[in-house]
Amino acid sequence: MELTGAQILMKVLKEEGVDTIFGYPGGAVIDLYDELDRTDIRHILVRHEQGAVHAADGYARASGKVGVCLVTSGPGATNAVTGIASAYMDSIPMVVFTGQVPSHLIGNDAFQEVDIVGITRPCVKHNYLVQRTEDFARIIKEAFYIANSGRPGPVLIDMPKDMVARKIEYKPTTEVKLKAYNPTYNPNKRQLQRVIKLIEGAKRPLIFAGGGVSLSKASSELTEFARKAQIPVTASLMGLGVFPASDPLWLGMLGMHGTYRANMCTGECDLLIGIGVRFDDRVTGKTDSFASQADIVHIDIDPTSIRKNIPVSVPVVGDCKISLQKLNSMMDGQLDLSGVAENRKEWFDHIVSWKSTRPLDYEQTDVIKPQFVVEKLYELTKGEAIVTTEVGQNQMWSAQFYHFEKPGHFITSGGLGCMGFGLPAAIGAQVACPDMLVVDVAGDGSIQMNSQEFATAVQHRLPVKVVILNNGYLGMVRQWQELFYDKCYASTNMEHAPDFVKLAEAYGAVGLRAAKPEEVEDVLREGLFSPHTVIMDFVVEREESVYPMVPAGAPITDMLLV
Amino acid sequence: MKEEHIFSMLVDNQPGVLSRIVGLFSGRGFNIESLNVAVTCEPNISRITIMTKANKPIVEQIEKQLNKLVNVIKIRDLTGPDSVKREMALICVNARPENKAEILRIVDIFRCKVVDVGTEHYTIEVTGDEGKMKAILSLLKHFGVKKIARTGIIALFREPK
Ligand SMILES: Cc1ncc(C[n+]2csc(CCOP(=O)(O)OP(=O)(O)O)c2C)c(N)n1
Ligand SMILES: [Mg+2]
Repeated sequence: MELTGAQILMKVLKEEGVDTIFGYPGGAVIDLYDELDRTDIRHILVRHEQGAVHAADGYARASGKVGVCLVTSGPGATNAVTGIASAYMDSIPMVVFTGQVPSHLIGNDAFQEVDIVGITRPCVKHNYLVQRTEDFARIIKEAFYIANSGRPGPVLIDMPKDMVARKIEYKPTTEVKLKAYNPTYNPNKRQLQRVIKLIEGAKRPLIFAGGGVSLSKASSELTEFARKAQIPVTASLMGLGVFPASDPLWLGMLGMHGTYRANMCTGECDLLIGIGVRFDDRVTGKTDSFASQADIVHIDIDPTSIRKNIPVSVPVVGDCKISLQKLNSMMDGQLDLSGVAENRKEWFDHIVSWKSTRPLDYEQTDVIKPQFVVEKLYELTKGEAIVTTEVGQNQMWSAQFYHFEKPGHFITSGGLGCMGFGLPAAIGAQVACPDMLVVDVAGDGSIQMNSQEFATAVQHRLPVKVVILNNGYLGMVRQWQELFYDKCYASTNMEHAPDFVKLAEAYGAVGLRAAKPEEVEDVLREGLFSPHTVIMDFVVEREESVYPMVPAGAPITDMLLV
Repeated sequence: MKEEHIFSMLVDNQPGVLSRIVGLFSGRGFNIESLNVAVTCEPNISRITIMTKANKPIVEQIEKQLNKLVNVIKIRDLTGPDSVKREMALICVNARPENKAEILRIVDIFRCKVVDVGTEHYTIEVTGDEGKMKAILSLLKHFGVKKIARTGIIALFREPK
C-alpha cells in the first residue's frame, strides 16, 4: 500500500488509540492538517502553542492516556517549549509533533527553521528528527512507547515537510524493539524484605507519596499498604489525591507550605518510606536536616531519582504499583502486626497533638479571604471536581484547602511551577472528562499568561470554570518581598489588570464577581453549576500570605506560622 | 573527595547522540576531563570513553543518568586495574640543534616515535597510560612544547584469561 508520511501518521495514531490532538497549524504542517481533517480524530484548536501542550498535559493526567500535540515549525515549536518543559518535570506522558522545514533546507536558516530537537534535548525524555519517511511509523510507535513506559515523559518528533509529503510503500510496524531502553518494573525481592524488616521495627514510621504513585495508578495499593502497616501518610504537591484526605492516617501535604504536622513528622520519624517521589528541594528544605533520625526507603522506577538529593538506606528500583502489591502480600504472610498499635501509640498521640495545636487556619474579616473561597469551592463541589491551578499562592491554597480523595483530580505544574498552566490544563482535562466539573483556581497574574485560551474553551463548548483569587499582586512573590525584602514590593503590583467580568463576556463566556464574603457562595453556586465557560473574579484580601512557610534552604521543620 | 572515573559506553551511531551526552554533563554540572568517540566494528554503534572527576554520589548519578539515555546501549565504569587504558598524544616540541640528541634519547627511553622533523622541531607520537603521559610531558616541557594534541583516555575491560 502506498501512503504519504501524513497518512502514515494518521494510521499509527489510530493504532495507538489517539482520539484527540491539541494543536495549531502552520506552513510546515499543512499537509498533516489536511490529512487530519479526513479522520475522526478530534482536533482542539488552541490560541497559542503553549496552551496546546498544557492542554495535552491536563488531558493526559485526567485520562491516564498519552497527550498528543501538533504544532508548526519555528515559532510554533518554540512556543511549545515551556509546555514541554513542564510536562518533563512532572513526568507526563506526551508526544509532541513539530513541523520542520524541508530536509534540504535544514541548516540554511530557512524561513521558520529552528533546531527544535537541539532546543528541547534537555527537557524531553527523548526526541527524533525524521530523516526517512520509511522510519516514520517506527519512530511514532517508539515515541508512544517511550512516553508512556518507565518514568513517563514527553517525546518530540520533528517532521521535515518533505518527509510528510513523500509517498512510500507502507509496511506496518508491530513490535517496538529498543535494545537500550528497558525500564525496571520488578523490584528486587531482597530489598523489599529489608523494607518489611524496617516496618516491623519502626516506632515512628512515615509514608511520603508522590506523583509516581499516581502515574503508576497505584493509589489503592498505597492505601492498602498504609492501612495494613498503620503508617501515617503525607504527600508532595504532585502526590495529592493518591491517598484519601478523609483517612485518619492522612497528614496533609509536606514541604515549604506543608502542614505543621506533616513537616514535624519528617523531623521526628524513625522510618521514612518515599514512594514515587524525587525529594525536590521544595519538600526537603535543607537536606542535611531532612528526616535526620530516619532510615529512608526510596521506591521509584527511575534509578536516577534515588540518591540524587538525599542519602537512602534502602533503594528499591521498580514500579510503585508492583512494589506495593508485593509489599502488601509479603505483609500478609510475614509481618506480625499484633504489636503495631501498641508500638505506635505514642507516635499517633504526638501527631494528633500537632494537628490540634497548629491546624491550617486563617482569620475571617469583612474582606474575602482567598482560603475561604477555596474552602467553599471544596464544600460546594463535595471534593469531587477536577482542580487545576495556576502558580503562586492560588496553587498553595488549593493544595491546602481542597481535600483530594482520588488521584487525577489535582492537576498542577509542580516541577516547573509554570504560570499560565491552569486554564489550558483545565481545557485538556475537560476534553478528557466531559462529564466532570473542571475548575481552574487561578491568580490574577497567572491567568493573564494564557487568557487567550478562553476562546478555545468557548469555541469547543468546554464548560471549564475559572476561579480567580484576585489579590492585585503577583502574590507569592509579594509574600517573599514582605518576609525577606523589607516589604519592598518591586514590580509585583498587578492592579492594571483587565476587568475579568468584561473579559469573560468579550470571549462569549459568563463573567461573575464577588467582592464581599457574603457574595462568595452565591457566585460559586451560580458559576459552578452553569453549563457555560465561566470566569469568577473574587476580589480577595490583597496582602494575605500562605502559611505555614519554610524559608528556602531552611530545615523543613523550621516553619513560619500565622 | 573527587576521584577520576572512566566510563566507557556503546551508543547508537546517529546524529545528535554525542550532543545528548555532552549536554547531560553541561546541563547537570558534571565535569568532562577527556572524551573520545569513534565507530566500532558495527557501523551503527560507536564507543565513547569519558573521563570525569567527581565525588562518589555524583559518579553514581553520572553513570545512572548516562544509562537512562535511550541511545546509550551499555555503560561500564572502567576505573581501576581490571581494564587496559591508553592515550595517544602528538607533541610538537622545540628542537634546537644542541637539544636534538637529548630529545631523541627521551623518545627512545619512552619508546615513542618521531613522526615529523624540521630544522627547529620534532613531532613525537606517544602512546601510554596517564603516568607515562605526565612523565614525558614534564621532560619535554623544558625544551618548549609548541603544540599538543591528545586523544583522551580510551579503555577496554580485560577479558578473562
Ligand atoms: C512563567 C512564570 N513566570 C514567573 C514565575 C514566578 N512567579 C511565581 S508565583 C508568581 C506570582 C503569581 O501571581 P498570581 O498569578 O497573581 O498568583 P498569586 O500568588 O497572587 O495567587 C510569580 C511571578 C512563574 N512561576 N512562572
Ligand atoms: Mg495574584
